[in-house]
Amino acid sequence: MKTYVCIKRVPDTESRLKVGADGKSIDGAGLKYIISPYDEYALETALRQKESAGAGEVIVISVGEATSGEQLRNALAMGADGAVLLRGQPTMDGLATARALAAELKSAGAELVLCGMKAADDEQQEVGPMLAELLDLPCVTGVAELEVQGGSIVCQREVEGGTEVVEAPLPAVVTITKGKFEPRYPSLKGIMAAKKKPLEEKDAQLPAGRIQVRQLTPPPERPAGRIVGQGVDAVPELVRVLREEAKVI
Amino acid sequence: MPNVLAFAEQRDGKLRRASLEVMTAARTVADALGGEVHALLIAPRNTAAMAADLGRYGADKVLAGESAALAQYVPEAYARAVADAAGAGYHTVFFPASPMGKDLAPRVAVRLDAALASDVTAVGVESGELVVTRPIYGGRIFATVTVEGACRIVSLRPNVVRAAESAKAGTLQPLALPAEAGRTKVRELKAAGGAKLDVAEAPIVVSGGRGMKAPENWSMLEELAAALGGSCALGASRAVVDAGWRPHSEQVGQTGKTVSPQLYVAVGISGAMQHLAGMRSAKTIVAINKDADAPIFKVADFGIVGDAMEVVPRLTAELKKPR
Ligand SMILES: Cc1cc2nc3c(=O)[nH]c(=O)nc-3n(C[C@H](O)[C@H](O)[C@H](O)COP(=O)(O)OP(=O)(O)OC[C@H]3O[C@@H](n4cnc5c(N)ncnc54)[C@H](O)[C@@H]3O)c2cc1C
Ligand SMILES: Nc1ncnc2c1ncn2[C@@H]1O[C@H](COP(=O)(O)O)[C@@H](O)[C@H]1O
Repeated sequence: MKTYVCIKRVPDTESRLKVGADGKSIDGAGLKYIISPYDEYALETALRQKESAGAGEVIVISVGEATSGEQLRNALAMGADGAVLLRGQPTMDGLATARALAAELKSAGAELVLCGMKAADDEQQEVGPMLAELLDLPCVTGVAELEVQGGSIVCQREVEGGTEVVEAPLPAVVTITKGKFEPRYPSLKGIMAAKKKPLEEKDAQLPAGRIQVRQLTPPPERPAGRIVGQGVDAVPELVRVLREEAKVI
Repeated sequence: MPNVLAFAEQRDGKLRRASLEVMTAARTVADALGGEVHALLIAPRNTAAMAADLGRYGADKVLAGESAALAQYVPEAYARAVADAAGAGYHTVFFPASPMGKDLAPRVAVRLDAALASDVTAVGVESGELVVTRPIYGGRIFATVTVEGACRIVSLRPNVVRAAESAKAGTLQPLALPAEAGRTKVRELKAAGGAKLDVAEAPIVVSGGRGMKAPENWSMLEELAAALGGSCALGASRAVVDAGWRPHSEQVGQTGKTVSPQLYVAVGISGAMQHLAGMRSAKTIVAINKDADAPIFKVADFGIVGDAMEVVPRLTAELKKPR
């Protein structure tokens, strides 16, 4: 089975972010970049599926600038078989990104396409289902566990109040959330092998985005809080302030 | 005609609170444009009563389809129904950024060839342009963006806009629903038990961390949640989800849910940056932690330094006392 995993380069989620001089972008100086966390879960899911089937091919694909090659190489070191970089300026408009991915995937012969449930930078939570619509494929979102059964996939997805078991025929697009397995670290052997694996680069067919950033700002400061007291004796005062000052209960 | 369409989510024949918040946001945009708000409702029954409520919260017209087959969310059929109705040409289409809305809105966006701004916390119109605020990077940055095109799609984060009554006609217009079932099939729903309200939508969240010591102690948090009322959901830190104490669906933070409740009670949670990412936009934050230096106290409005095993039961008892 041929599986594509869509991965995005994002700043490390622990990094301190600074708004750039233009007021519209993040100052990239000194930032460390990673594969967006849910995309790593998606890659782990694809690699495990391939391992349990004993056959298959996992290709990672990213829309981004040349620097995204670093994350694609990391994915190759984790065990992906091939990588495709669609060169283009990342945009907050997920539909533009989805169109660029769809242009590449429509004739790529993918039986399964995995995305992260949401990217850690723009957090649109939209590219996966958009890609599915563009490719006219069924889509299951927010999947924690996935199993291939013949020509179908059986997905466990988190829903309000429980877990839903959803079946979809292949080919399909699935967006992945955290499941049972943590993403693996690249082994030394994996890192060496990655150097010889194919990384194809081409220009993305990326339409102009229709979401324009006017301004980025730090979140509003929270006013300094107060310690109501120590231990159980503080409880009546806490209830009082919640009722009378905050008026939230 | 710059009208606005708002998808109204229901469950078991009752409107969800987030749907009324969406009506209020839609009203803001429609009023600025001089247009109408049309609500779109798909439900197994009871559409007339729900339409009346939508009218009270600002719907000029309610497009309502009744179907037993579509009582539960069926992604492809819902996408088709909404896209068909919205095809008439709307300035903006609103969804609640609920689990259903987040699944549905991107599918509709493709069918309408419209840009989608997800999980927005504020909406406005400036010289005819739609301007929205989106928290990004785990809430560490707020982006003010314009959404362009012939039609725009917005999903609204629950609990950030206060639903306000604004009586309009709420004229009921029947909506023909597609017969298609879609290609995905729900085989089974395994109920996790406990609260049915998603942590991302609940107006009150009680969240537990490693300081709760053991999974059995969650009964304490369940009792506290019950004492806080029916619209309270449980949340969790990643440490306890990783330990298998709680399901990932309850995890709050960078790799879990983002919540903006009126009240967030963090019990035995240290307040790591990745946890704060998911809850720092709560209106009021309460922290209970035995370590006075825990970072959670830096974002908490009110804190108690103490042992959760003692403070939580006492808090539950205090809330239950007749006033
Ligand atoms: C990529 C990445 C993503 C992450 N995503 C998330 C995420 O989505 N959500 C998330 O929560 N974390 C996330 N984390 C993990 C995060 O960094 C922290 O490790 C985690 O939040 C800690 O959970 P905790 O506060 O429950 O545990 P701890 O940090 O162990 O804190 C326990 C707290 O309980 C207090 N305590 C102990 N006993 C008691 C008692 N009897 N009464 C009262 N208080 C007591 C302690 O003083 C302490 O403050 C992520 C980390 C990474 C690297
Ligand atoms: N520029 C990109 N390149 C490759 N995949 C992407 C890109 N942007 C988003 N994705 C995929 O779509 C998922 C959801 O992104 P988003 O809709 O932006 O939250 C991500 O987790 C990735 O799997």
